[in-house]
Amino acid sequence: MKAFTQIIGLACPLDRANVDTDAIIPKQFLKSIKRTGFGPYLFDEWRYTNYGEPDMDCSTRPLNEDFVLNQARYKGAQILLARENFGCGSSREHAPWAIDDYGFRVIIAPSFADIFYNNCFKNGILPIVASAEIVDQLFKECEAIDGYTLKVDLPSQSVVMPSGKAFTFEVNETSKRNLLNGLDEIGLTLIHTDKIKAFEDQHKLAQPWLFA
Amino acid sequence: MAGKTLYDKLWDSHLVHQDADGTSLLYIDRHLVHEVTSPQAFEGLRLAGRKPWRNSSIVANPDHNTPTKNWEKGIEDPVSRLQVETLDKNIKEFGSLVYFPFKDKNQGIIHVIGPEHGTTLPGMTVVCGDSHTSTHGAFGALAHGIGTSEVEHVMATQTLVAKKSKNMLVKVNGQLGVGITAKDVALAIIGKIGTAGGTGHAIEFAGDVISSLSMEGRMTICNMAIEGGARAGIMAPDIKTAEYLKGRQYAPKADQWEQAVAYWSTLHTDANAIFDAVVELNGADIQPQVTWGTSPEQVLPIGATVPDPAKETDPTKRTSIENALKYMGLTANMPIKDIKLDKIFIGSCTNSRIEDLRAAAVVAKGKKVASTIDVAMVVPGSGIVKRQAEEEGLDKIFIEAGFEWREPGCSMCLAMNADRLSAGERCASTSNRNFEGRQGPGGRTHLVSPAMAAAAAIAGHFVDVRNV
Repeated sequence: MKAFTQIIGLACPLDRANVDTDAIIPKQFLKSIKRTGFGPYLFDEWRYTNYGEPDMDCSTRPLNEDFVLNQARYKGAQILLARENFGCGSSREHAPWAIDDYGFRVIIAPSFADIFYNNCFKNGILPIVASAEIVDQLFKECEAIDGYTLKVDLPSQSVVMPSGKAFTFEVNETSKRNLLNGLDEIGLTLIHTDKIKAFEDQHKLAQPWLFA
Repeated sequence: MAGKTLYDKLWDSHLVHQDADGTSLLYIDRHLVHEVTSPQAFEGLRLAGRKPWRNSSIVANPDHNTPTKNWEKGIEDPVSRLQVETLDKNIKEFGSLVYFPFKDKNQGIIHVIGPEHGTTLPGMTVVCGDSHTSTHGAFGALAHGIGTSEVEHVMATQTLVAKKSKNMLVKVNGQLGVGITAKDVALAIIGKIGTAGGTGHAIEFAGDVISSLSMEGRMTICNMAIEGGARAGIMAPDIKTAEYLKGRQYAPKADQWEQAVAYWSTLHTDANAIFDAVVELNGADIQPQVTWGTSPEQVLPIGATVPDPAKETDPTKRTSIENALKYMGLTANMPIKDIKLDKIFIGSCTNSRIEDLRAAAVVAKGKKVASTIDVAMVVPGSGIVKRQAEEEGLDKIFIEAGFEWREPGCSMCLAMNADRLSAGERCASTSNRNFEGRQGPGGRTHLVSPAMAAAAAIAGHFVDVRNV
């Protein structure tokens, strides 16, 4: 997994509540058996005015000029500002894969759907939960100021705004350690192999029918 | 000391290891696998030279991409075909307890076939790279969706890295009125708590209404826990659970049966347990539900009118209503009953079991689908459901009424196969999500119960099924 320590990046405001995983990456792209290449189809139905198909060359597709990702001032953004319950709906990891492949490393929102939130950490994306007031302020400033850039620092769990004002955020210790070091979670779990085996033996004795 | 909730008991009985910050390793009993969210996980195993820890925990079957008609032609879309063939290849290489390939007589939607074969049992932990894994909570199992990285992790280690959720109780008291189904209960709950109401929580559903439901009805409600934001919905197992399971292929056998049932009887919330959140509904108040917007929380009783954004004071909610009305092509204040439909979809892991098809058939019997309906389709949840329905003559009732009787699969719930809406088309659907584009780009979805969908097919617009 990609490590994350700090980024100083352009923010892009996606002003919608309950953005679901069907909107993040529509179902036709889920037919891929690969982990990569989803970036051009991120928010496909909002981003383009024609219907997208897997393996389509997106460089010539007609753009929805009103959609925020298509505005020149947000080109190259690495931080996505979002509203409440971002990532609701399905468990598809294609959603964070598309977000990552597009170039976003951080999402800041008042709340995230549980499965999506977990999936972000597995892919080197930092989801930050901030209060509705802070998110509102970020949206206002981002829309008002061209080139609105935030400094996101994972070791200190802080975000610094262009004004110099900063806020801190919560992240659990294990997720933070894994993200900072880009650790392979399976390898870490397998350190506990003996413990898993011992649990399994005892579980099998207590409920043998589970192992039929 | 406070007692334990059912969720606490399920969690504690699978806890292998816990870090100081609460990050835990949970042992996983059952791993359901389908073609869409597994190829990258199998590839990860292969690249790392790993094998599944316990391949007998795996129950697999393709369902999302499979066509629902003309099976003799195979899967025509080459991209879909490759994904299904990749699952065939991966299961062949890595092994599983159960695998039903495309066109097998028992193949179906993964959340329908698991319970059908007794591979979902009370007290289990069940995961799948699919958010509707919450369905299996109806058996008193801790069941929820996971991402593909987690699919690989569970395969390699038989554990999931997890943090404990909070406990939420949703109690549905009293009795349901005539014509009100589990789907209406699920939608009414989501209407009340909102689509993020259960975020961070495991929801236990309880109360007289829940106890009175069949296992099929209970699965419908747990299935939609995720639409209320909760990864897991759970119900305490009871006599109905045991009756449903007895004799199924992978249910406990002979001498183990009594021991299992005795253990299952301990799987309930203690009287003195404390929940972090409690929501109560009165069953008698629940009306047939219809979603009008693009989120399952945008739901109203059949007799209501479409909301007016001008009356909403919260600016974010007002914008959401405006966006939804625009996308859905509806006018503020119009009666729900005046909404005319183009397509009808009866199916999905929410509502494709035998009881769902029976409920729709009762309404359709001796009637005709309205001439204004372009396509009305019934997609059974599995080969077993299909055969049982045919034995009961339900297929004939549907076909005579003008419905198409299809082969099993996920179908138009998410439209990964050829079954989909065109832009602007409007569908009464028994599925679980009315998100923009869910059933096809530009398609408009209204979520309803099977009986309400059948009634809408006959009338051409929404009607109160209680008056049909």
